[in-house]
Amino acid sequence: MREVFTRPKSMRKVVMHYCPGCTHGIAHRLVAEAIDELGIQHRTIGVASVGCSVLAYEYFDCDFQQAAHGRAPAVATGIKRVLPDRVVFTYQGDGDLASIGTAEIVHAAMRGERITVIFINNAVYGMTGGQMAPTTLVGQVTTTSPGGRDPRHCGHPIRIAEMLATLEGAAYVARVSLHDPAHVARARRAVLKAFRTQLEDRGFALVEMLSSCPTNWGMSPREALRWVKEKLIPQYPLGEFRVPEEEARP
Amino acid sequence: MGERILMKGNEAIGEAAIRAGCRYFFGYPITPQNEIPEYLSRRLPEVGGVFLQAESEVAAINMVYGAAGAGARVMTSSSSPGISLKQEGLSYLAGAELPCVVVNIIRGGPGLGGIQPAQSDYFQATRGGGHGDYRTPVFGPASIQEMVELVMEAFEVADRYRNPVMVVGDGILGQMMEPVVLPDPKPLDSLPAKPWATTGNQGRPPNVINSLFLDANLCSRHNEHLQEKYREICRREVRYELVDPEGAEIYFVAYGTTSRVVRSVMNRAREEGIITGLIRPITLWPFPQEPFERVVERAKAFLCVEMSAGQMVEDVRLAVNGRRPVHFYGRTGGVVPSPAEIADALRKVLEGRDPGA
Amino acid sequence: MTHEILMAGFGGQGIMFMGTLLAHAGMMEDKEVTWMPSYGPEMRGGTANCSVVISHEPVASPLVSEPTALIVMNRPSLERFEGTLRPGGLLVVNTSLVDRRPERQDVRLLEVPANEMADRLGSLRVANMVVLGAFVQASRVVTLHSIKQALPEVLPQHRHGLIEVNVKALEAGAALASGGQ
Ligand SMILES: Cc1ncc(C[n+]2csc(CCOP(=O)(O)OP(=O)(O)O)c2C)c(N)n1
Ligand code: SF4
Repeated sequence: MREVFTRPKSMRKVVMHYCPGCTHGIAHRLVAEAIDELGIQHRTIGVASVGCSVLAYEYFDCDFQQAAHGRAPAVATGIKRVLPDRVVFTYQGDGDLASIGTAEIVHAAMRGERITVIFINNAVYGMTGGQMAPTTLVGQVTTTSPGGRDPRHCGHPIRIAEMLATLEGAAYVARVSLHDPAHVARARRAVLKAFRTQLEDRGFALVEMLSSCPTNWGMSPREALRWVKEKLIPQYPLGEFRVPEEEARP
Repeated sequence: MGERILMKGNEAIGEAAIRAGCRYFFGYPITPQNEIPEYLSRRLPEVGGVFLQAESEVAAINMVYGAAGAGARVMTSSSSPGISLKQEGLSYLAGAELPCVVVNIIRGGPGLGGIQPAQSDYFQATRGGGHGDYRTPVFGPASIQEMVELVMEAFEVADRYRNPVMVVGDGILGQMMEPVVLPDPKPLDSLPAKPWATTGNQGRPPNVINSLFLDANLCSRHNEHLQEKYREICRREVRYELVDPEGAEIYFVAYGTTSRVVRSVMNRAREEGIITGLIRPITLWPFPQEPFERVVERAKAFLCVEMSAGQMVEDVRLAVNGRRPVHFYGRTGGVVPSPAEIADALRKVLEGRDPGA
Repeated sequence: MTHEILMAGFGGQGIMFMGTLLAHAGMMEDKEVTWMPSYGPEMRGGTANCSVVISHEPVASPLVSEPTALIVMNRPSLERFEGTLRPGGLLVVNTSLVDRRPERQDVRLLEVPANEMADRLGSLRVANMVVLGAFVQASRVVTLHSIKQALPEVLPQHRHGLIEVNVKALEAGAALASGGQ
């Protein structure tokens, strides 16, 4: 019999605290699978951010540091500069990375910091109960945009992948979605590439993942996945916005 | 005065700010104070105000700086980790003498800590918090009614002295509901004039909001001016509650939520014939010296109870100044001391033992 | 007299609403009240509990560590809180979701098959109101009348259509409690 669902080696045997239908769990799994596939479990150091994934250090079976809100790329920089032959990744939400941590992420990318960033875009602040995020869609109702996000008042959603792709230091930048198995398979390949970019010393790598938050969107898990497909993807087009140079050459 | 309504502490803070004439709020989400920005995101637009979620606490406090410098009544709120980020801005606000109200719904630390109630930011709040020689008045309400009144008063004090004012609570005060009677809103045209604000210098010389004094002598003179202002605040703005029943020998010292748990203990102790007093600082800075003078002759000992490892107790020791023993009992990290634990500490003090030992 | 009431169950059972209604009713009777929820991510699908204190005097601590009355809506809540109830206190158990008898012998026990009763009224969601009706009847912390008066105050306008079934559930609970005494 073929085993179709095994726990990646670099994932611990614990119950995750994520809500039913939340795709944070899938994202974790993709990262763990990439670490396994590349055989880097024992030389990888993760950096957990502040958001629903704050407990990531309990789920991954590798060394981890927990960073202050938004500062994970700076913490990762510190680790990588001390241990350049280790693999360092951050795992950050959109409040963490695209709001309070914009300075750190932009400058890590600008420096071409050899780190891999997993960026979970679920269009809200999950952990704190569904407030507006910089990624919240126009018109989307959240607990701090009760009338829907009004671009005149708080701007249009921020497209992090496209923005960072303008920086030479960024070697690999992609946006993927986790709303169905085909897209998850593509996301898996992107995560692998992002780690390879680091292993091959090419520069900064980031994978933005469109992710669901059924709890704060007030939807069933299935509705939430459909919402990713129908609402998030049109605002946040999928694709690779920057790839390492050799690969880019025909 | 209106009727009693049942209100959550955090929402009451938001409503109190509006009734004090505050029309601008800048903040960033953090538990357990999220209901303050959430409430204001609904309410401020209704009264012609502006709610803006900043990209960080650093940005939020600097938006406050700008708005205060432009002459507005303005507030921000956060919880411990976010308040740490605001310290730079607070130092600049104090240096540039800008009035504003900052609410800290304290949670257990250090670092990310937890989200449960704590009083472990006492040092940070009462000693200035950021760099430089400055102070901010700090109000520590113990009920939602008092919180409403003190938030409103905080705006008055801030404007009176052109200084940031802090209001500190914790997750219990923020999350609980109690009946409140909301004071009438302050008419906007009754708010103090701010001729120093940067509103465009039509018909007057330019105003500058600034905390830079490159010349040491000028910077020193500015500091002396600030210190004179702080001395005046110490003279005029001290607030406390003294519960001093006939026959009390042991005096509790506690503020905020902890003072309420202490009251439960006092009530039960009285049923057993043990009479105790309570000094409840309402302003944590300026710290009230007076109630200590009033009772120190009669007191056998003081028992300070906090949700911290012992911060206010240092001020209590300064106030008592060696004249009587000062004991301490505290719980940390978001654990609220239980009535049974405090009663136990009281018993030890009555027996002449140290509850901390 | 100070009533210190602890209610516990899982998220979605309407524990917070039950507490809010009780506190509101207490306020309408000109009493001093406090309502304190458990808060934070632990509430996500997990446990929910809240403390309500109702008194003739200003409420000292809003936290209830040794309740005078305990309402448990599911079994884990019984496990967790049974030991904290004061001797002689009132223990209200939703027997629909608690499959064991309480161990305490020194308390007043009121058993309410709330889910079954609510189901019979046509809405499982009013199980909390069945329990509240029974509790109020047995404890007389506030009157059932005040609870009914508080309903339209606490329910948002767009839910006022639910008042009727809530009232029925309160009355069914109260009837059970008075029959059982
Ligand atoms: C300095 C600071 N400010 C605010 C917070 C509160 N906080 C905790 S998680 C979070 C954001 C969570 O949102 P996001 O990064 O989008 O991740 P998600 O929870 O959606 O996965 C915030 C603001 C904090 N811990 N520290
Ligand atoms: S709140 Fe949202 S992001 Fe957080 S675990 Fe739940 S579904 Fe996932």
